[in-house]
Amino acid sequence: MTDPQLRHVGLKVGGFEAIDVEEAETGIFGFWVFLMSDAILFALLFAVYGTQLAATAGAPGPAAEFKIDSAFWETMVLLLSSFTYGMSSFAMKYGGQLRWVVGMLLVTLVLGLTFLGMEANDFAVMIHDGATPDRSGFLSAFFALVPTHGLHVVAGCSWIVVMLVQVAAFGLDDRVKINLLRLGLFWHFLDVIWIAIFSVVYLQGVMR
Amino acid sequence: MTGSEIWTTLLGRFEWSDLPFVRAWEKGTLSEAIGAGAGGVVVVGAVLLVALLTYKRWWKPLWSDWLTSLDHKKIGIMYIVLAFVMLSRALIEAVLMRTQQAVAIGAPGLVGPNHFAQLFSTHGSIMVFFMAMPFLTGLINYVVPLQIGARDVAFPLLNSISLMLTAGGAGLMMVSLAIGEFSTGGWSGYPPYTEAAYQPGVGPDYWIWAITLSSIGSTLVGMNIAVTIFKKRCPGLKLMRMPLFCWTSLCTSILMIFAMPPLTVATLMLALDRYLGYHFFTNDLGGNMMIYIDLFWLFGHPEVYILILPAFGVYSEVISAFSSKELYGYVSLVIATMAIAVLSFTVWLHHFFTMGQSADINAVFGIATMTIGIPTGVKVYDWIWTMFRGEVRLTPPMLFSLAFIVTFVLGGFTGILLAMPPVDFVVHNTVFLVAHFHNMLIPGLLYGMIAGYQYWFPKAFGFRLNERWGTVSFVCWVSGFYLAFMPLYVLGLAGLARRTQEILEPDFRPWLLVALLGAFLLLAGLATLFVQLYVSVRQRDQHRVPVGDPWGARSLEWSVAAPPPEYNFATIPHVGRRDPWHWRKANGGAYKPADHYRDIAMPRNSMVGPVVGLSGAVCAFGLVWHIWWMAAFGLAVLWAAVIARSFVRRTKRVIGAREVEATDRAWLATAAAQQVHPRELETTSANAGLAELHA
Amino acid sequence: MPPSLAKACRRVARLSAILGLWPLSGCAVLNHGMLAAGGPIMAQERHLFLVVCFVMLFVIGPVLLLTPLFAWYYRLSNTKSVYRPEWAFNWPLEGFIWIPPIVIVMVLGLFLWNDTHTLDPYKPLVSDKPATRIQAVALDWKWLFIYPDAGVATVNQMVFPADRPVHLDITSGTVMQSLLLPRLAGQIYAMAGMTTELNLAADHPGDFSGENVQYSGDGFPHEHFPVRALAPGDYAAWLAAARADPGRLDLAGYKRLAAAREVSGPRLFGTVAPDLFHGILDQTMPGVRSADMTMKGMK
Repeated sequence: MTDPQLRHVGLKVGGFEAIDVEEAETGIFGFWVFLMSDAILFALLFAVYGTQLAATAGAPGPAAEFKIDSAFWETMVLLLSSFTYGMSSFAMKYGGQLRWVVGMLLVTLVLGLTFLGMEANDFAVMIHDGATPDRSGFLSAFFALVPTHGLHVVAGCSWIVVMLVQVAAFGLDDRVKINLLRLGLFWHFLDVIWIAIFSVVYLQGVMR
Repeated sequence: MTGSEIWTTLLGRFEWSDLPFVRAWEKGTLSEAIGAGAGGVVVVGAVLLVALLTYKRWWKPLWSDWLTSLDHKKIGIMYIVLAFVMLSRALIEAVLMRTQQAVAIGAPGLVGPNHFAQLFSTHGSIMVFFMAMPFLTGLINYVVPLQIGARDVAFPLLNSISLMLTAGGAGLMMVSLAIGEFSTGGWSGYPPYTEAAYQPGVGPDYWIWAITLSSIGSTLVGMNIAVTIFKKRCPGLKLMRMPLFCWTSLCTSILMIFAMPPLTVATLMLALDRYLGYHFFTNDLGGNMMIYIDLFWLFGHPEVYILILPAFGVYSEVISAFSSKELYGYVSLVIATMAIAVLSFTVWLHHFFTMGQSADINAVFGIATMTIGIPTGVKVYDWIWTMFRGEVRLTPPMLFSLAFIVTFVLGGFTGILLAMPPVDFVVHNTVFLVAHFHNMLIPGLLYGMIAGYQYWFPKAFGFRLNERWGTVSFVCWVSGFYLAFMPLYVLGLAGLARRTQEILEPDFRPWLLVALLGAFLLLAGLATLFVQLYVSVRQRDQHRVPVGDPWGARSLEWSVAAPPPEYNFATIPHVGRRDPWHWRKANGGAYKPADHYRDIAMPRNSMVGPVVGLSGAVCAFGLVWHIWWMAAFGLAVLWAAVIARSFVRRTKRVIGAREVEATDRAWLATAAAQQVHPRELETTSANAGLAELHA
Repeated sequence: MPPSLAKACRRVARLSAILGLWPLSGCAVLNHGMLAAGGPIMAQERHLFLVVCFVMLFVIGPVLLLTPLFAWYYRLSNTKSVYRPEWAFNWPLEGFIWIPPIVIVMVLGLFLWNDTHTLDPYKPLVSDKPATRIQAVALDWKWLFIYPDAGVATVNQMVFPADRPVHLDITSGTVMQSLLLPRLAGQIYAMAGMTTELNLAADHPGDFSGENVQYSGDGFPHEHFPVRALAPGDYAAWLAAARADPGRLDLAGYKRLAAAREVSGPRLFGTVAPDLFHGILDQTMPGVRSADMTMKGMK
């Protein structure tokens, strides 16, 4: 239905297995549709967060609890992980060595886990300070929005592990390639969401 | 560990008194006896089903031909079976509620307040999420790939997972009859009433998790169908050449993608409130129930059009087929469908004009609401003009379509009234509102689904449904609707609140009795549908339509055998214009063998779908009862199944070209051997699925 | 519906019940709700209702006529009717299909914009006398009415003078409820921690009713209460009698009242703690109300 030059730019499959380009194209497009739906989910969590900013009910508010430096370094780690994922995709697309693909995936995984560790530490500090979600509507909204992103990162990290095992089992076959492309979309999407969280939650929190 | 600690670890908060049978024994009231009876029906039904499957040795065919099948046609049929099962339960509940209101005038009646509240909550939740959604999803699933000349949907496994998640949610609804109780918060589950402070029991949790399973399933369905229509159309089938049912399915699936997440977010936030003590919608510590109401209707209004648009598609197909005419105003209908889909996101506030917004806001949303009336009105007139200068046959699908037009317009009439905020202030939350949305959804959804079921049944099973019983059923459904719901308009104007278990005003009695009569007629409508199915199966040999075009219709699904082969099309069709099958018949291109037959790769069966659905339901059941090991186990199995599946490399099964050719030629031989039937004999045994063509 | 007509209808109903003309006895339903409007607000809402009904006749009329007509005339067995299977588009007809609904929606839109503003429940009614202020609190499963100016409170009955408008401030001490006075005014939600408003009046002294129409639990069907519009003198007398009641309502008493889940008959409190209503509002959402979360603040 579509012209070849309009196909997904990252897609370079076909020729040596029983999977046709049409099917790969459909798979990637379908994942974009999923991401749109997921974006709606985050948009609603952001909207709820916005409406609940004032609902602190005497519990700690944004200014008291958000550590901008920690959030900044989390942002850097996540951005770097997107970069390394991109390197892995390039290595795959231009037929680079398998160890580059795998190596960069491993770096991405480590960065992802680092991010999760830092975020978990932030939450632990907040909970230690008594800023728990059952204290106020505001903290409820915070503890819905940010951990949902965190859960997505957890899912992304597990997915990387699964893909590493698949690369070991099948090499870079077409299905693995398509899944790595989809995982890439997912990982970059999480980056975009985090940028929004950093701006709306943390920057706004310290500026108020 | 003490005994009670072990009990809590193993069984969560379950106690013996959670069983309706124990409650009925202890309390001995009529209301509890009815509840125990319903639970008993579930248990006995399940036992009988298992016994039947075992006795007939049907377990294996059930598993390998149906449950694990990734064939979009079988998945579609399973969706519709699920819809009929759930429709039966919810309709019986409706009759019970009407009976209660008719007898409980200044008296307690049959069922207690709590039981009554569970009835209206399950009735609404089932009708929307486990009757309407599966029914329309089933029709879309069956028909759309055939209409766009595809062999299957874009993601066959995802399709199976969606079905099984929905079935898991439906299973949870059924289990709630036999173990524990259901929410009393209505189908919309407004907090703070559904918060732990007011309903600490398992009821709202059943509601939350059943709805969540179903909404995730529906989101996945939306993605699947949208991608299928965008990417899997056969060569030459441009968007503006698609049958209208494909257009309405496309709009519905886009609405599902964007409108189901708000519901998922709302129910999960309510779950956070209930399980982890969050304060999204509580009365204290900064919670705000208005957020829930906004989120819910941000889903809820588009949902109305998710429900209604596929039926609009069915009517477009049916009226065109049974008038033997091209659809009037195709472009207008497409524009109107898209307009409805877009506008459906702009009107959610009309569900709560009474929440105290400023008059400006109410007026803007009121006018937006009325604006939807424009494309809807256009559609109605397009259908009417499709009949103009046609050759109309009053077959059951056509009768339902005509009844839809007339009845739906009345519902639109009261819809415009409700769009006026000052009028809404008076009749909101009364039975006027109940009458209105039943007046939209019974003709606008149910009649369409029944019409579609009757219209495409011969395609799916190879024989027609008995038209006489179809007409009897039609009479019951239509007269039942008018008798059951017209009185509610009057009572609503008189201020009778919806969801009232006991009526204090004796003046309402005559109207409630008429409504009760209507409810029984509606039940008779369903019963006669089942009779129709039984009779038709018995007489199937006289009603076979193996050639596959019983109505002389115009789109691609009629260009293949009935029932179609697993791969739908021996060769993928090429399309040059709208109504391609009609064009091919008119130009002598129909029933011709292909030049070349090729191998066809079809998806292999997979048990991932049933495993995901079952483990999802197990996880949800564990969450409902606070049985944490069970919830964790269900979740773990679910993810393990999905991950394991990603390691499976042999997902396709190849059907050889020779087999395809043999099947195709056998069908062509059947077609050549059959007599052409004229339209006059469409509903007789002369109809073998080879329709006569009139220029 | 004017009272004379309602009375006639009631007479017919009674007569028909005697004669066994059971269907006509349904007529009695018209004595309740919007059609038997008892005040200016409901009368205007009924007027709008009837106007919209009239306009909509032009929309549904053609459909109700054409559908059976076409289906019958173009039936297969009618060999005289024309058959044009390829006819599927016509520009003038398109205009006929699109333009009338657009015009009708524009006309109705004008009505809607005007009437939504005139009948805004927050808009005070025009009167030369100051409105009676009543604060209504939805409870499980009863309604508390506080008269801040008179310093009395009632449960499950609302009494006001018929010669001037009534201004209601509404909140909830429990789940969300919705206050509807079927013959006097449309409903508005009652939500904890927030205030909504309703303005209404009665045409003349009389007995009306009020109810909660938003499901709120087991006692919901019984959440009906009498609403009495009294002549000015009668109201003064009622107030004097109410003040003489020994009952006293303060925040502690309110909490006891709220916890008692059902109260059968009407109750009176001769004394009310000052500013009890705001005390009730502060029971929920502490720290939020100051942040402009009342519905009033959102306007």
